[in-house]
Amino acid sequence: METRKLSIEEYLEQDEKKDLLRLLTAGSVDDGKSTLIGRLLYDSKRIYDDQLQSLERDSRRIGKAGDHIDYSLLLDGLKAEREQGITIDVAYRYFSTNKRKFIIADTPGHEQYTRNMITGGSTANLAIILVDARNGILTQTHRHTYLVSLLGIKHIVLAVNKMDLVDFSKERYDSITSEYLKFAGSLGLEDILCIPLSALDGDNVVEKSARTPWYEGPSLMEYLETVKIDRDINLDDFRFPVQYVLRPDLDFRGFSGKIASGVIHRGDTVMALPSGKTSRISRIVTYDGDLEYAFAPQCVTVTLEDEIDLSRGEMLVKPEDRPFSGHHFKAMVVWMDETRMDRNKSFFLKQTTNTTRAHIGEIDYRVDVNTLEQMHSDGLALNEVGLVHISTSSVLMYDNYRDNKATGAFIIIDPVTNFTSGVGMIIGPDEEAAGNGEGDLVIDMPALGIGPEHFEAVEKACRYLRGRGIDVKCKR
Amino acid sequence: MEENYQLSHLKALEAESIHIIREVAAEFRNPVMLYSIGKDSSVMVRLAEKAFYPARPPFPLMHIDSKWKFREMIEFRDRYAKENGWNLIVEYNKEAYEAGVGPFTHGSKVHTDLMKTQALLNGLKKYKFDAAFGGARRDEEKSRAKERIFSFRDEFQHWDPKNQRPELWDIYNTRIREGESIRVFPLSNWTELDIWQYIRHENIPIVPLYFAKERPVIEIDGNLIMADDDRLPEKYRDKIQMRKVRFRTLGCWPLTGAVESDADTIEKIVEEMMVTTKSERTTRVIDFDQESSMEQKKREGYF
Repeated sequence: METRKLSIEEYLEQDEKKDLLRLLTAGSVDDGKSTLIGRLLYDSKRIYDDQLQSLERDSRRIGKAGDHIDYSLLLDGLKAEREQGITIDVAYRYFSTNKRKFIIADTPGHEQYTRNMITGGSTANLAIILVDARNGILTQTHRHTYLVSLLGIKHIVLAVNKMDLVDFSKERYDSITSEYLKFAGSLGLEDILCIPLSALDGDNVVEKSARTPWYEGPSLMEYLETVKIDRDINLDDFRFPVQYVLRPDLDFRGFSGKIASGVIHRGDTVMALPSGKTSRISRIVTYDGDLEYAFAPQCVTVTLEDEIDLSRGEMLVKPEDRPFSGHHFKAMVVWMDETRMDRNKSFFLKQTTNTTRAHIGEIDYRVDVNTLEQMHSDGLALNEVGLVHISTSSVLMYDNYRDNKATGAFIIIDPVTNFTSGVGMIIGPDEEAAGNGEGDLVIDMPALGIGPEHFEAVEKACRYLRGRGIDVKCKR
Repeated sequence: MEENYQLSHLKALEAESIHIIREVAAEFRNPVMLYSIGKDSSVMVRLAEKAFYPARPPFPLMHIDSKWKFREMIEFRDRYAKENGWNLIVEYNKEAYEAGVGPFTHGSKVHTDLMKTQALLNGLKKYKFDAAFGGARRDEEKSRAKERIFSFRDEFQHWDPKNQRPELWDIYNTRIREGESIRVFPLSNWTELDIWQYIRHENIPIVPLYFAKERPVIEIDGNLIMADDDRLPEKYRDKIQMRKVRFRTLGCWPLTGAVESDADTIEKIVEEMMVTTKSERTTRVIDFDQESSMEQKKREGYF
């Protein structure tokens, strides 16, 4: 082992600098998902002797892997689900290799539990979607892929599992992957890697398998260790939602928060929203000393040169690069509550550090997550996804989720039960409801014959103009 | 100078935890940080100090004293709180204590229920705390792996693993009704190695019991139990031997097994951990006293 040559101090120095990859796994009860995760933990030596002993004992008693060790038992923690034999909620697992640290959100593929996959995937950099090589692409594969695209997860691995049961057939693998790539392409997903696997036997999990000589890509672990994630976070647009105001004495007034996106330097001019007042960053304070600059997702406390009124729920941005601010927007909403969405109800909506009353207006359509068909809806039920118009009583500062997850995401809270009833991803302002749609410049891209491959570039240009006070909008 | 916009995993975890701690301070009326004196608590307390610097954290620490903690833990607790200006609340189950409840006489199950779970529930109720930070990590134990960072408790302070609020991004639902509360776990995503790394990197003081030293121990049911005070039953007294041991976790002394070790520095502890073949909680007697026992305890309100 290479690490043996290092002293423990050297190892620790190196380990400290590793970055963190958060990943989501999705697949049905029978795709061997838990087995795959168990295998990753096992092969990266994250299973201890006592856990292994109880694993062997349980495998004999209630395992479903025959003579094999049933790795899935490692993951199914709660008593209730042990009895049912399925994972019922999101479970988080931790392991590390010489190159990286990993957090796995293990989520179920069962239809009823779409909300758990959404929960597990919201912070993921990468999603592993499992299919059983015997069954190929199923309805649920479409569902998982759609949800991954909805959450804006940038990197996808299609793990074609149980290749041992189809004799490691290249033809079978090719037909599954070409069907999948076609489907994923239609959702605009780009960074996809397909890997033929046997989680049970370990083929292409950590080591490349001799049984798939025709497969030229990396093993799953090699890929997880090297996939680039440093551009997953928005470092272009500075957004600093004020989380807490620090006022230990009369001489110090600091604004604490997590930088949601972008970079800030000492001396930069900033604008407070919604007030529009400007000042300059005088200090970036941390317990470990003042910083010259700070970036997302660091937590800092800033002080300003001028005494401007600023409190929790408000936001510091750069005057030349502002988010949308307003009361009306459109969003994709996933309903998480057993109780159906009631559009007559006034909910609480929480976005960044802002909690406000909100009304749900028109629903343009709901998406059948299995067929991706758009259907009529007048209220979403549990696990349904739809394009919804929302109005809030306070002004919110937000971006499109696609451009900026941290400021484009929100949750909807039931005012009576306090349950998190829905979650949303903002698509853009709702001009009609805002009633100021008429005088605006709107670049209707399809009408102008601008191809979808240019949408992002045009939207970037629009954001630039908006940041400079020219109110121009883009329509896809 | 070129600017670097990438956070190491340790700095990313630190930022996540500070954000969580500030969110609680901003949204709850009366939060408290539960302080167990262990290494995880020590990290959590430092993170709280960082979160509000240059101000003081706007909540107290509360220690639930089972009255069977190691003496070194109590000394450490009082010194740390005093030196760092913390308001420290110590609560215990007076009635059970006066009735002489303890692990040797009543067994670990009854002792834990009365001196830990009930004492905790009473402490939270007495001060009407609406949010309580705990230092639990998801990698410690299977039922913890499924718990939310903001974990809702009903008016009986019970946890319902099948009806948890969805938790997405870093947007935490903090809304509760009168009498309900939230347990908050800012270290949810830290592993044992992360904790040691951080303690080393930040020079965080910890109880010396974590480091190997010659200590008086007795072997009881396969566990190396340290003779910490004179409540050790008569029958064990002539079996005490000096062994070089340390503790991987700290709890009540009769319920916490020591491991034989030469690791007297953090580096050696980490080295030992990397070749170790037993998970952290095997030295905790209480995890094994019934099937799925941690989940059961958590449902009843224990952390």
